[in-house]
Amino acid sequence: MSTPPQPVIKCESVYKIFGDNAVKMLEQSGGKIETAALLEAGCVIGVNNASFEVHKGEMLVIMGLSGSGKSTLLRCISRLIDTTAGDIFIDGEDLLAMNAKELINIRRNKMGMVFQSFALQPHKTVLENIAFPLEVKGISTTDSMDRAMEMVNLVELTGRENDFPHQLSGGQQQRVGIARSLAVEPDIWFLDEPFSALDPLIRKEMQDEFLRLQSVLNKTILFVTHDFDEALRLADRIAIMKDGVIVQIDTPANIVLNPATEYVAKFTREVPRERVLSCQNIMEKYDASAKVSDITVSTDAIIETVAEAVLTEQQPVAVTDDEGKIVGVLNSKTIIHVLFGEASSMPVNN
Amino acid sequence: MHYFTEHKWIQFAALFAVFFVLVMAIDPATGGNFWRLQETSFWLLPDVVNDGLKFLIDDWWVVETYDAELDLTEESTMMKEFTRGLSGVLLFSINLIRELLLGGVKTVVAFTSWDFISEHEWARIPALPWPAVAAGTFLLGHYLGGRNLAILAGTSTIYIAVFGQWTPAMQTLSFVLVTVPLSVFLGLTLGVIAFKNKTFESILAPLLNVAQSMPHFSYLIPVVVFFGIGDHAGAVSTIIFATPPMIRLTILGLKKVSPEVLEAGMMSGCNPRQLMFRVLIPTARHDILIGVNQVIMQCLAMAVIASFIGAKGLGYDLLVSLNMLKIGQALELGVSIVLIAVVLDKLSLAWANKQVDYFANLPFHLRNKYSLTFLGILIFTSVIAYVASMFFPDKANYLYFIHESQGLTTEKFWDFIVDWIITNTYHSVQSFNFFMTTSILMPMKEAYLSMPVAATLLLVAGTGYIVGGLRSALVVTAFIAFIALTPWWDRALITAYMTTFAVIISVIIGCSVGILCSRSPRATKVILLVCDTLQTFPSFVYLIPVIMLFGVSDLSVLIAVIVYATIPATRYTVEGLSKVPQTLQDAGSMSGVNRTQRLLKIELPLAFPHIMLGINQTVIFSLFMVIIGAFIGTDDLGQLIMLSLSEANGMGQGIVLGLCVAFIGLAVDHLIHTWAEQRKKVLGVA
Ligand SMILES: Nc1ncnc2c1ncn2[C@@H]1O[C@H](COP(=O)(O)OP(=O)(O)OP(=O)(O)O)[C@@H](O)[C@H]1O
Ligand SMILES: [Mg+2]
Repeated sequence: MSTPPQPVIKCESVYKIFGDNAVKMLEQSGGKIETAALLEAGCVIGVNNASFEVHKGEMLVIMGLSGSGKSTLLRCISRLIDTTAGDIFIDGEDLLAMNAKELINIRRNKMGMVFQSFALQPHKTVLENIAFPLEVKGISTTDSMDRAMEMVNLVELTGRENDFPHQLSGGQQQRVGIARSLAVEPDIWFLDEPFSALDPLIRKEMQDEFLRLQSVLNKTILFVTHDFDEALRLADRIAIMKDGVIVQIDTPANIVLNPATEYVAKFTREVPRERVLSCQNIMEKYDASAKVSDITVSTDAIIETVAEAVLTEQQPVAVTDDEGKIVGVLNSKTIIHVLFGEASSMPVNN
Repeated sequence: MHYFTEHKWIQFAALFAVFFVLVMAIDPATGGNFWRLQETSFWLLPDVVNDGLKFLIDDWWVVETYDAELDLTEESTMMKEFTRGLSGVLLFSINLIRELLLGGVKTVVAFTSWDFISEHEWARIPALPWPAVAAGTFLLGHYLGGRNLAILAGTSTIYIAVFGQWTPAMQTLSFVLVTVPLSVFLGLTLGVIAFKNKTFESILAPLLNVAQSMPHFSYLIPVVVFFGIGDHAGAVSTIIFATPPMIRLTILGLKKVSPEVLEAGMMSGCNPRQLMFRVLIPTARHDILIGVNQVIMQCLAMAVIASFIGAKGLGYDLLVSLNMLKIGQALELGVSIVLIAVVLDKLSLAWANKQVDYFANLPFHLRNKYSLTFLGILIFTSVIAYVASMFFPDKANYLYFIHESQGLTTEKFWDFIVDWIITNTYHSVQSFNFFMTTSILMPMKEAYLSMPVAATLLLVAGTGYIVGGLRSALVVTAFIAFIALTPWWDRALITAYMTTFAVIISVIIGCSVGILCSRSPRATKVILLVCDTLQTFPSFVYLIPVIMLFGVSDLSVLIAVIVYATIPATRYTVEGLSKVPQTLQDAGSMSGVNRTQRLLKIELPLAFPHIMLGINQTVIFSLFMVIIGAFIGTDDLGQLIMLSLSEANGMGQGIVLGLCVAFIGLAVDHLIHTWAEQRKKVLGVA
């Protein structure tokens, strides 16, 4: 096996502690972090010992209740705020060791960020807002305007480029925010609750739009949300945070099937499992002698999409992998279990 | 005991009881320090300030200067050289703009010599024809605010020209055009530094507080010492006076920029400079432009008052005509000042509220249509003016420049009216004056003057304690004790009496008018508009009609103060009442209260904190105006400040007197703000 590719983002024991006493306390304890003592001293813990990696083209969704430290973690990784302790590597480079110039450089070329309240400049037109990161970089006006116009087309705002932000709806404003963050063609894309300020219908539309963009662009993404449905729709992996701690980091299916704590379980309880689980999560062993139905389903098909077909068959349905080889079978009994059964009594394979 | 700590009004009652007992008990003859603080070394403070400033000017940092014309090396000090340089720059800028507007030679002479000018007739700067200026203001109004503003600005300019006030008006305008950009630049710079540096901000904040409560006149005194007399000195005092609000609004605006916009700027890869100039300042544009509006209004108000130290313009002419009691002329000048104030105010507000235009795709002539139009008009009017001068070589050229003696005038008419008023109302005004003076004002003044220092300080400290606890008690007592330590306690009491009287009347009138107007949305709109307009008038202007109607007396000062100070009381009452949340009003209506009950039980209590802030403004306005009233003749702190202005060693005295006035204002300000904050918290409307 070849060596695994270098992660794009790598966090090692990242801490962020707010409060005037924090630094003093850390110095006294020789850099060792004792959360209990810190809390007692009136510090607020934003991020508590976060370690994870994100690989190229992967979308990690950070999820948790309000105040759980999602934004703080994101701001640490974009170095908008200074990390109290730990290491962050971007493409193997030590982010925290960078000086101001290197930091500006990496932001100008590698990072893009989308904000919950859109954060557009009210006195600039759509086009000027989108071109802003390019102009800051020193790209000539005509070039940056051309590039910005491409972005306008990409987010489907053609015709509105000379409007001011206040003339646009929330969803349209966020499209501008997205276009601006993409203008410099960043490798890493940070999104902090980009759709939370939008009403549900628009939010759904924006999520679809976002998935479409991602399928074209294939960026490495850190996406913050407090909406579990949104996380399930978008994520390759989900990190669930509570009081600054990442309590679980895993694929959506695994989080639904095996919540690590009661806190995680609370999120997953309401989730319709047929929407999250794929065939491989619940298939049973294939016995070559047993009869199977004529139709087959693929391993990563979501249950919701195949349930009806499986239930109308008399025989179990074979599950095939990418090469068409049968790797397991789906019984209608299991499907019924997924659809109507108790969460705890689920037979699952990991 | 519990009852006592729970109810503030009982505490106040007790406090007043003690106060009156003390007033009775302390005898002027034998009271000693309890009656008035005796002379202490603190009385030397003005001299110390004087000597300190003198040292700065005459002895500190001696430098050698070389005078090229006389070929002499002289000794001078850094401060002298600095003020000389600054004066030169200011004077040159003012003259340059002045001569662009009015024509002249001084600016050319500055680069050449008088001989050069007399030899070369063509080198004189010609005046801008007034129709060009009028068209310019019309276009500017149109560009910033549309048709109505254009008409207002254009007709005002025409009025000023036609009524023969072009020269002083353009002098004032040139003064404003120099002081405003400088104040804005200074205020913006200091504001940005304060925004970036917390220590600097915390040093600046109290200074700004004091600076904004010092009366206008106190700024003049040190400036005269450092800069002498003339337009440049006026400009310096104006800049010092107008910068604080700009600093404040800059800081406020920058702080209001949402953190996400800031972060978006950082993530776009801005370096600190780009972040400040391309993200923060443009985003805070509106607040900063409101600051510019404030600066313009302050500069104009100060331009009038700076005429006391020789700034030329409408203010200077006004001063002269008031001194000679030429009421008609004063009135005309007043109207011009007011017109300029209103136009500048409206223009700058329109600028603040204007969306940035978007041009990128327009062809050149559309992008620059206003400048091109103006250029066209300029050429056209110049040609006309030139041609006209060929036709009437000896007569006045009305299309170019209307001299004071050539303009229309309504002076005679006003003088006639004033005469008529005086002859017909003389007796009633006199008897009103007599009645007010003998039965209200004099007794009140006597009462104030009979307040012993000890009792007053106790009253102040007690009030502070009841309102805001120990800290407030210490703060306000310190302010008032400072005054008690100076030789001018009695003067301060007179200022206090005049202010109190004016505030009481203003509040009664203002609140009643405010409450009545707030009953109907139409009236609300109208009264707010009236307040807005009246507030733009430079305070000095209010003295004109009062002198005209009531002559020169304490009472006329008080009437001017009352008119001026009623504005904030009215405006805050209307605003406060209209800000009461609709849900609360509806809840009231549902529970079946009638209109009066609703006003008394729901709206007024909720609006009260805001109304109190209005009263606070009323106090500050009154104080300022009482001091300005010294021009008519009073015997309070203001009169002494005016006197220090003309005294050789009056600088220290003037500054300390200014501080006394500021401290009265700051004490009241502190009490009212503390109270209003608490009250708002209790009501949950903060
Ligand atoms: N600048 C700050 N100073 C002090 N405490 C802070 C600061 N910023 C965040 N915190 C604290 O850190 C904790 C995590 O905040 P954070 O903004 O990361 O939460 P979040 O998960 O993004 O919540 P939300 O969903 O509301 O955005 C909170 O308790 C918050 O009060
Ligand atoms: Mg957040």
